[in-house]
Amino acid sequence: MKRREFIKGGLLLGAAGLGGALSLGALRPAAALPPTGAASGARRWGLVIDLDKYNQSADREKIAALCHRRHNVPDIPDTKTEIKWIWEDDFAHSFAEMESPYLSDRIKEMRFPVLCNHCAEPACVKVCPTQATFQRPDGIVNMDYHRCIGCRFCMAGCPFGARSFNFFDPRPYIAEIDPLYPTRTGGVVEKCTFCVERLTAGLPPYCVEAAAGAIIFGDLSDPASEARRALASGFAIRRKAELGTEPSVYYLLGGGGGDA
Amino acid sequence: MLEKALSGSRRYYGWLAFLGIVIVVGVIAYCRQFSHGLGLTGMSRDVTWGLYISQFTFLVGVAASGVMVAIPYYLHNYKAFAKIVILGEFLAVAAVLMAMLFIFVDLGQPVRVLNVLLHPTPHSVMFWDMCVLCGYLVLNILIGWTALGAEKKGFPPPRWTKTLAYIAIPWAVSIHTVTAFLYAGLPGRYYWLSAIMAARFLSSAFAAGPALLILLCLIVRRYSSFKASDESIGALAKIVCYAMITNVFFFLLEVFTAFYSNIPGHKAALLYLFFGLEGHANLVPFMWLAALLAFFGILLLTVPKWRRGKKTLPAALVAVFAACWLDKGLGLILGGFVPNSFERVVEYIPTVNEILVVMGVYGIGFFVLTILYKVAVAIRETGKGGPEAPTPLPEQ
Amino acid sequence: MYKGGGIIVGLTVFCLVATAPFLLNIGRAAESGPTLSLDTPAIHLLSDPSCVESASYMRAEHMRLLAEWRDQAVREGRSEYVNSAGAIFALSLEESCLQCHSNRAEFCDACHNYAAVEPYCWECHDGGATGS
Repeated sequence: MKRREFIKGGLLLGAAGLGGALSLGALRPAAALPPTGAASGARRWGLVIDLDKYNQSADREKIAALCHRRHNVPDIPDTKTEIKWIWEDDFAHSFAEMESPYLSDRIKEMRFPVLCNHCAEPACVKVCPTQATFQRPDGIVNMDYHRCIGCRFCMAGCPFGARSFNFFDPRPYIAEIDPLYPTRTGGVVEKCTFCVERLTAGLPPYCVEAAAGAIIFGDLSDPASEARRALASGFAIRRKAELGTEPSVYYLLGGGGGDA
Repeated sequence: MLEKALSGSRRYYGWLAFLGIVIVVGVIAYCRQFSHGLGLTGMSRDVTWGLYISQFTFLVGVAASGVMVAIPYYLHNYKAFAKIVILGEFLAVAAVLMAMLFIFVDLGQPVRVLNVLLHPTPHSVMFWDMCVLCGYLVLNILIGWTALGAEKKGFPPPRWTKTLAYIAIPWAVSIHTVTAFLYAGLPGRYYWLSAIMAARFLSSAFAAGPALLILLCLIVRRYSSFKASDESIGALAKIVCYAMITNVFFFLLEVFTAFYSNIPGHKAALLYLFFGLEGHANLVPFMWLAALLAFFGILLLTVPKWRRGKKTLPAALVAVFAACWLDKGLGLILGGFVPNSFERVVEYIPTVNEILVVMGVYGIGFFVLTILYKVAVAIRETGKGGPEAPTPLPEQ
Repeated sequence: MYKGGGIIVGLTVFCLVATAPFLLNIGRAAESGPTLSLDTPAIHLLSDPSCVESASYMRAEHMRLLAEWRDQAVREGRSEYVNSAGAIFALSLEESCLQCHSNRAEFCDACHNYAAVEPYCWECHDGGATGS
């Protein structure tokens, strides 16, 4: 028997205790530090989607494609186990509670990008038993994939269907792995993160970059921010606002962005 | 005391061997799931919980139902239950064990399960559920095992077991209330978003649990000299009857609120379960069967002659148990995910592998239950004093 | 002794099984330590080829350091690591660690195999090595 096999046996025995002891070392009081770079000082990050611009001039396919490629989101063909961070739907489904029998053709044909709403009162954060999903001081609802036990309580809690579960190892479904971003492992939940890694570097999220002005990102707590100015320019709605989760993604109609 | 489980009839060993095979098959199926991931189940990003969590929910109810024997015995000194209170406690042990195993097999990252302890999160109901379930398991093992050990020696049980028994009563209510809170506080899941959820959970638990307990008593009575009295079984049957009527009543309250208010979100899941939605109707036959069985069981249990009948009582109990299982162990969890967040219907059909895992967990539960019951029965058969007349020795 | 024979046989078998790794390895030379390779293009390009902390610290504490980085990067949104000498590094496994240590088999695995540990970091963080 080789030494390593012997040690393996011993490790199995001590695994529980050791694991606990090691991780305890990492238990420090979590300092609520604002992120560095452009993100510092921001209170509430949010998105404003200018629907007219989005539907008329944006390169819509590029948005999800860029996000998914840069974040190593796998392309799983089965809709039951697929993983998506941002995608499109129509009004009748993304705003089902506002459906009307006499909807204008313009709204009926519109495409609505949907993604995690980074709610101010996120149900997913409340239900997570390990704080694997948590809210940052700047309002972003982020995932700590290291901590996720895969109970999927957050998916039951999220009223927006924004979360995806890795039902198996996602890697075989990633055409080309971006070496600068981690993939996920099987058995954890994932979702849009508002590109926290880009914000730290002072860059806007990928969807905002790819949408060329149709999606506006900014600090909702700052009346002078681009996002707030866009909101002031027209009529904006949020998905399922009546549930009280306070979504931070706004859908702007008549923002003066399009010709319609 | 465990040595009592080692000697038994050929039938006893045959039953254990059968359970052993079911367990081995289940473990193999779980190993497959462990290495491939939960993709081997029928769950999806729309129906994120399936048979595992629904069985968990149902079994927490069975565990909580032990209180229906404990309350009359401990609080009202109802002597007829003295003999069967141990069976109720051991049933609770097996049921909580299965419930916890169902949570475990449902996890995507089971090796990280201790993160729940490492990062305790009081704002998550799941954290509290783990606390109360672990506590309830320990309570029932302690109370049952100590009482049985004392009985074996011909002593009355130590006084602290009675204190623990008093604690276990509200604790039993808490395990099912907290389990209901897992669902009842989620925004946007209208089938679950109901204040009466915990009450419904408890009433269906108090119907299904004692129904199972009576059936187990009847089986034990048939194959051993341990005879639960007709009085105790009759009293339990009445409890099952009233609890089931309450359960159906609570369900009908939900139906009224949903349909009189005419709010689409509240109606959708009920429509899906009983009539199908957008052409999806997998659960419709199951739900109508549950309704039929519920009324059939209530009818048999309400009429005194049938409630006491040698054939009609077991039929009624099987009907009630099956109705509760279909309603809570199937429809309740699956219906809560339909329609999904985008008002689309995605159905769930469990896979063979998933069903084998479910059977494996039930196999483990029944294995433990068999061993515990065997020990209890063996001690009663050879015991020095009957539980109804404990040898009056002073407590040391 | 009641059933003494059986107990003694059982105990002997147990002791033999429990001490088997030692018994089977009596007289054999211990394996020599692992050899780690620092031969990667990124390391060759460095004018000062030193890690974020001293080699001895990294050897003993890289697990703890990585766990701290993980929490700081993911949960606290930090992006910079200031080491004990005051130098600043990107607080990122992908950008700081895996750029230099791109030879998983010769560096990471060599030692992990020797110590018989199987950390699963690479299931997600492998710097794109899966494709190559």
